[in-house]
Amino acid sequence: MQAAILDERKEQIYRTGDSPCEIACDRDSLAGAVSQRACVFCGSRVVLYPIADALHLVHGPIGCAVYTWDIRGALSSGPDLHRESFSTDLQELDVIFGGEKKLYAALIELIERHQPKAAFVYSTCIVGIIGDDMDAVCRRVEEETGIPVIPVQSEGFKGNKRAGYQAACKAMFRLVGTGETESISPYSINILGDFNLAGEIWLVRDYFNRMGIEVVANITGDGRVDDIRRCHGAALNVVQCSGSTMDLAKMMEDEYGIPSLRVSYFGIEDMADSLYRVAEFFKDSEMMERTREVVRLEIEAIMPELKRYKQALTGKKAAIYVGGAFKAFSLVKAFRMLGMTVAMVGSQTGTKEDYQELADICDPGTIIVDDTNPLELTSFLEEKSVDIFVGGVKERPIAYKLGVGFCDHNHERKECLAGFFGMLNFAREVYSSVMSPVWRFAPRLETSANSQESES
Amino acid sequence: MSKNPPKYLSTTNACKLCSPLGASLVFKGVAGAVPFLHGSQGCATYMRRYIISHFNEPIDIASSALGEKNAVFGGGPNLKLGLTNVIKKYHPEVIGIATTCLTETIGDDVERFLNEYTREVNDPNLLPTLVRVSTPSYSGTHMDGFHAAVTSILDTLAESGPANDTVTLLPGLVSPADLRLLKEIMAEFSLPPVILPDYSDTLDGPAMSRYEKIPAGGTTTTDIAKTGSGRAVIEFGRTLTQYHGGGELLMKRFGILRHVLGLPIGIRETDAFLEVLAGLSGGRAMPASLAAERGRLIDSLVDGHKYLFGKRAVIYGEEDLVVGLAAFLAEIGVKPVLCASGGKSGQLANAVEEVCRGMMDEMPIVHDGTDFFEIGEQAESLKPDLIIGNSKGYPLARKLDIPLVRLGFPIHDRMGGQRILHLGYRGAQRLFDEIVNTIIDRKQSKSPVGYSYM
Repeated sequence: MQAAILDERKEQIYRTGDSPCEIACDRDSLAGAVSQRACVFCGSRVVLYPIADALHLVHGPIGCAVYTWDIRGALSSGPDLHRESFSTDLQELDVIFGGEKKLYAALIELIERHQPKAAFVYSTCIVGIIGDDMDAVCRRVEEETGIPVIPVQSEGFKGNKRAGYQAACKAMFRLVGTGETESISPYSINILGDFNLAGEIWLVRDYFNRMGIEVVANITGDGRVDDIRRCHGAALNVVQCSGSTMDLAKMMEDEYGIPSLRVSYFGIEDMADSLYRVAEFFKDSEMMERTREVVRLEIEAIMPELKRYKQALTGKKAAIYVGGAFKAFSLVKAFRMLGMTVAMVGSQTGTKEDYQELADICDPGTIIVDDTNPLELTSFLEEKSVDIFVGGVKERPIAYKLGVGFCDHNHERKECLAGFFGMLNFAREVYSSVMSPVWRFAPRLETSANSQESES
Repeated sequence: MSKNPPKYLSTTNACKLCSPLGASLVFKGVAGAVPFLHGSQGCATYMRRYIISHFNEPIDIASSALGEKNAVFGGGPNLKLGLTNVIKKYHPEVIGIATTCLTETIGDDVERFLNEYTREVNDPNLLPTLVRVSTPSYSGTHMDGFHAAVTSILDTLAESGPANDTVTLLPGLVSPADLRLLKEIMAEFSLPPVILPDYSDTLDGPAMSRYEKIPAGGTTTTDIAKTGSGRAVIEFGRTLTQYHGGGELLMKRFGILRHVLGLPIGIRETDAFLEVLAGLSGGRAMPASLAAERGRLIDSLVDGHKYLFGKRAVIYGEEDLVVGLAAFLAEIGVKPVLCASGGKSGQLANAVEEVCRGMMDEMPIVHDGTDFFEIGEQAESLKPDLIIGNSKGYPLARKLDIPLVRLGFPIHDRMGGQRILHLGYRGAQRLFDEIVNTIIDRKQSKSPVGYSYM
């Protein structure tokens, strides 16, 4: 199905083999390509919304807010304000005469009603164009209400999703340094880049607690404004998800000298590795002992069942398309642990370094793709004849139509897939999909090797 | 005029979607069509995700993916590049181009861009039919975009010609199951329909042996052309009078006989629809199978009437859906105490009253232009027995511990949203069974006895 790939896209697709990985990436999406990416606003809200005791107000027409209302699996142990969808719902008159008055009134109305610890105000595509001075309105409301009211420069078209991450980090950084840090242990970290989908940050916090580490702030899963205010009191930033919160870690390093470690909580190898590296950082032999114990106990608990899944799944093939490349990397390793090979892997927002790392750990002949779209995906899936596809809501129906199993690894998931326990869940989900009897009736579509149809 | 204007300035948990989404759904109901949004790509992606959670089908909506430069210099080049790429990859017959708040605000002249593009390509064989519709999301709801897209399609494709038997049906936002039922009903009356949009196959396709770039199905451009010389056009929607829409276009431009009816939900509204069909098919009597369905429906309503009389429901959704539901509930003895919608046609209160008059003592409270926060406040004080509408009512239903009867769009916490039947006697039967059984289930669960016979 070579016709599925437009000329302009060719540089963003790479097959591992002899030639070095020269994949192009971090570009704006091509018009008409039907990219799976969303926009800058998407990047911002993904990072900030899980801060559960803040008010998140979308300044713009209704679409941005209503399509994102409670779509995420980011859980909170307390307030659930982030699960509501607030918007200034700009109308035609607001576009003509400006939306500042409405923004001001909406902020006051909602802050009075909900008494949040802070407010984040997201600009959408038309805000800059109609000339609304969101900064000014936010400052005024902050003065009047006494809580931080932080504008987020998240106009949808101002770049791609990564620009949204940056805007979110800048916004959060305004809170950092405004809280008290006296009582914080020297063995302390912030967890960055985990959004507590299905309780994953609770799982990971538990590991760290058992190691003897205090977690100062969750950034941002089950996040709290006051924790973020004092997160500069931690000794180390542990950063998952290379793209979304690394900017914040860098800002904290520049301003407060706090170093950071890049980690991943997916897959046994990477989960254990992450814990060891954090323990190594603190150079405490007792902590290292405790860490070894945590890893040993956790792996013991899941190994028997995991082995059974591995037996059934060995030899099967997988395809992966996720948002951030770090996850793809961990998934390749996780599949390897289950005896499966990965025939295609890609991400929406990977960097050159990310793709190089991926190329290094993939088998020859693996397709690596950046910012793909439905037609490319179907051609890859048909070519490679995989048994399971890992992705999000927009990838799932494509997999199903092609007779391929699916693992929901996106932000809406309600299943915990991180940590050691998460690896077991992951294996279970892969197993349940691949082994279902339904594929007898909804057969895998023919590979291009078998197909007699010629591309029209 | 709205009898109960919104109390609050901010919107919390909107009871509406935005205009371009409605247009996208319509274009999915045209054969060989690809919907295309002119604006930031976030719009297309979020709408795709949203529509996928209801239909569980792949939905490709293309975008011109405007960036910062384009906001300053205009989106023409991106639009043209986007169209070229869609044509290269999908080989569509039609591309439906809807605007977004961004491109409306920067004032992109899409008509001019499309004319330029057509001249630049300079080969009608290479170009699909381009239909454009203006759908700024700061104006109205997804239903505005829906109806505007239907009008644009007819505007572009309906042709005059030798008279044909076609009866054009513009049903509005109904489910694929509803569309299949409408086709059945038309066939019972031997009336050849052209239904616009018809996404009953494109948004509810089978497991197949080959992936289709553009799913098969939808109303063909050939059939749409026929609407300009057909026998009649039937439009569903009591609040449609605000729109100078598709039916009006066919009537004014081609002299087509026009009927505007309420969505055929429940006995009276379905009777009215079938009466029109009977008239169009030469005074034919109600087909036996439909008469039998009606008879069985009424029989079941009698069987269950005592469970339902005096029960109170809060209903919400698109305005025309709310009117239809109110009409049906009135027939089974359930009082729709609050009829709510995010739409603002200004017609909702009147339309609700029309279908409820004579069926109950007090008219329902009607809130238009509202959101779920206000619906929640109202519901708390009204203490209904049922909440009826799409999945967005679940948080409220859960908070108040009131059962939710799911219907409409979107359904994203259950399977089968595309298979929910609302229309006709069969739809009313299904709705009745679900509503009465929800009430019975509640009574049975809450009773300490654990009765096996209710």
